[in-house]
Amino acid sequence: MSLPRLAQGKNRGVMPGNPACAGCPHNIGLRVMGRVLGTNSILVVPAGCTSIISGFYPRSSLTFPVLHVPFASAPAVASGVRASMDIKGEEGVVVVWSGDGGAADIGFATLSAAAVRNEDILVVVSDNEAYMNTGVQASGTTTWKALTTTSPVLGKSEEKKDIALIMMFHKAPYVATASVAFPLDFAEKLERALSVKGFRLIHLHSPCPPGWRFDAGKTAEVARLAIESGAWILWEYSQGTFKISPQSRPYADKTRRKPIAEYLKLQGRFSHLTQEDVAEIERKVDENWRLVLELERIYGPQKP
Amino acid sequence: MSVKYLPSDLNKEAEEDLRKIREKLLSLPAPGASGPTGSWRLYRPEISAAKCVKCGICWLYCPEDVISWVPRELPKIDYTYCKGCGLCANVCPVKAIDMVVEGE
Amino acid sequence: MKKVLMGSHAVAEAVRRARVEVISAYPITPQTVIVEKLAEMVERGELKAKYVRVESEHSALAVVYGSSASGARVFTATSSHGLLYMYEMLWWVANSRLPVVMAVATRAIGPPWNIHTDHIDALTIRDAGWIIGFAESVQEAFDMTLQAYKVAEDRRVLLPVMVALDGFIISHTSEPVVMPEEKEVAEWLPPREPLPFRLEPGKPFAVGNLGPDSVTMELRWNSWRAAERAKSVIQEVSVEYEKRFSTGTPTGLVEKYKVDGAKYLAISTGAWSGDVKEAVDALREEGYEVGLARLRYMRPFPREELQELLSSVKAAVVLDRSVSIGHMGILGSEVKSIAGRTPVKDVIAGLGGVDVSYEDFASILKGAVEEHEAGLSSEWNVAEWHMPWVT
Repeated sequence: MSLPRLAQGKNRGVMPGNPACAGCPHNIGLRVMGRVLGTNSILVVPAGCTSIISGFYPRSSLTFPVLHVPFASAPAVASGVRASMDIKGEEGVVVVWSGDGGAADIGFATLSAAAVRNEDILVVVSDNEAYMNTGVQASGTTTWKALTTTSPVLGKSEEKKDIALIMMFHKAPYVATASVAFPLDFAEKLERALSVKGFRLIHLHSPCPPGWRFDAGKTAEVARLAIESGAWILWEYSQGTFKISPQSRPYADKTRRKPIAEYLKLQGRFSHLTQEDVAEIERKVDENWRLVLELERIYGPQKP
Repeated sequence: MSVKYLPSDLNKEAEEDLRKIREKLLSLPAPGASGPTGSWRLYRPEISAAKCVKCGICWLYCPEDVISWVPRELPKIDYTYCKGCGLCANVCPVKAIDMVVEGE
Repeated sequence: MKKVLMGSHAVAEAVRRARVEVISAYPITPQTVIVEKLAEMVERGELKAKYVRVESEHSALAVVYGSSASGARVFTATSSHGLLYMYEMLWWVANSRLPVVMAVATRAIGPPWNIHTDHIDALTIRDAGWIIGFAESVQEAFDMTLQAYKVAEDRRVLLPVMVALDGFIISHTSEPVVMPEEKEVAEWLPPREPLPFRLEPGKPFAVGNLGPDSVTMELRWNSWRAAERAKSVIQEVSVEYEKRFSTGTPTGLVEKYKVDGAKYLAISTGAWSGDVKEAVDALREEGYEVGLARLRYMRPFPREELQELLSSVKAAVVLDRSVSIGHMGILGSEVKSIAGRTPVKDVIAGLGGVDVSYEDFASILKGAVEEHEAGLSSEWNVAEWHMPWVT
């Protein structure tokens, strides 16, 4: 995917004058998604930031057909939309555009069941690592130690739930991680996901300026540092083959990673960390890399 | 005014109500679904024509879709809606965008 | 065609004849037999529909919500805890004005675990914007399910419909059922017109964006008007259905049984109304001037018809298979709200499936008549619990 080709996309995804916070990562994702998916798609949106970003009646800032649905229901509603289109012989892409809470917490059973049924739907989880829309409460995907309004002093005491790996182990045909730091990589993954039939999920890392407490202009910078420090790893699992994406590949080598502190220090949510905490986070990053490299060894393209 | 239900011509009433459901439940795509969000702006991004290499990176990252860009042309910013987040200035590879205090 | 069928299978046969396109459900006793039958019909190719096996009732209703928003004719079914688990989706469906049809094999809510019928589960959704019908027989469960599509999809209505049938008493009991042929049904029930909107690629609009508070209120007012209109539509549809298919099921919102010249009125809903009728027959023979108003529909509430009936009797007795803890029986409180000066006695009975015989009904009715004649009906402000085994 090249930038000029993306720019030719006819569907804008989200339009100017929407209610998203300044520097919102979801909007970067929605813009890319619109241009890649074109007009032949339907968006199912559970409760979350995008319930607001969609704008105020009588206007919609989103350029897709959009069905707003209750928090825990989106993958099931999308399955229903798909079922109706199938029985009527209609073409089109049915997309769940969800936050982390909708996908990994309250809607998790529903998401899991849709994956088990191998529903022909695309789920994009735009993960800003907390319940941002309700005012930054900790979610299942909030990282360890992050300050949120429900972990306001000590930070979150539990681990981040790895929703992409969990979905991969549902034997889903296509699961990938992406980042708003690399919109073209996200665009390519969307394109590849569209070429696959069945359940597809892209876990998009979406740093949130007000929720993570950094300047609105730094959304892409923070997202990029997550990758350069190894804290977020881009990979793709397509029909049985697992591959680390080129943008993350160099950081398999720990010596090439930026210090994790560089990523953390930009974010107010980590302002309370001790040196020991930072060291512990680094250890967790190393451990995660060990797992991802092992997955590539097992499921990688070079298998016999 | 208080409203009391007085059934009249059920078919006529039903058609009117159906029109109202569609009108009130559905929202149509349009810019400005949250008003002219340019008023949120504290800093104004200004593109230097001299420095700009017309690469489109600012267009790619702009969360608001307020930058219009055609390959090899100077990008243009729609200030009616630009919220002034500064992402464009941050990602510009040649630092051709300055964030200028609004009103100066 | 006349066949002996279990209530659950009769509902499934109605769904088949309605040419439903998407079915989704989650197992719960006593509903499960309905969707097992439908799954079999789909797998055998007898019904050209998608059957979506979900992980919960919340998702079952979510699936059919998505399908209905995309223009399909849909069906789901549940009971008790399953219905409660659907709760927020029930409101979402109704407030989106989608003509979803659902069968509820009524069942008590636990604890203790109890799979037998009462009406509390179905009545918990009385405020959610659904049309709620209660069947008295297998035949009526069949007819009501088929008519539900015609009513829900009517341009004057566009509200979802729930058909309640008493768990086991109807769902698992076999009775002869008169069923119109598929071709005849197709002539009467055309394919669904996708109203009030249809989600499809290439037609961008958002359903349910945030808006001014007044939009919410106006939409509720819109639903309220639709429910009022539904009274006429239910009447019209059921009369037309009976004219075409002659199944013998009563029409309209209320079945009036021996109400002519009645001085006292029993009010009930659901399967046990058959036993109430026997009690009425027995009392009539003993010289008591008693009749029965059986509510076929709880929503829209048959306000006008009941008011008319109540205004011509001395007193009424509600045989209530439900309770709102902290107040009274749910049906009783509904009836009292429109009864005017007519004294209404609310008798709560049969909760958790406790068997209530026609002799019980006869003694309840007799007791109420005697109390009223003795000038004691002023004490009816508190509901009475019929528990003869408690001493």
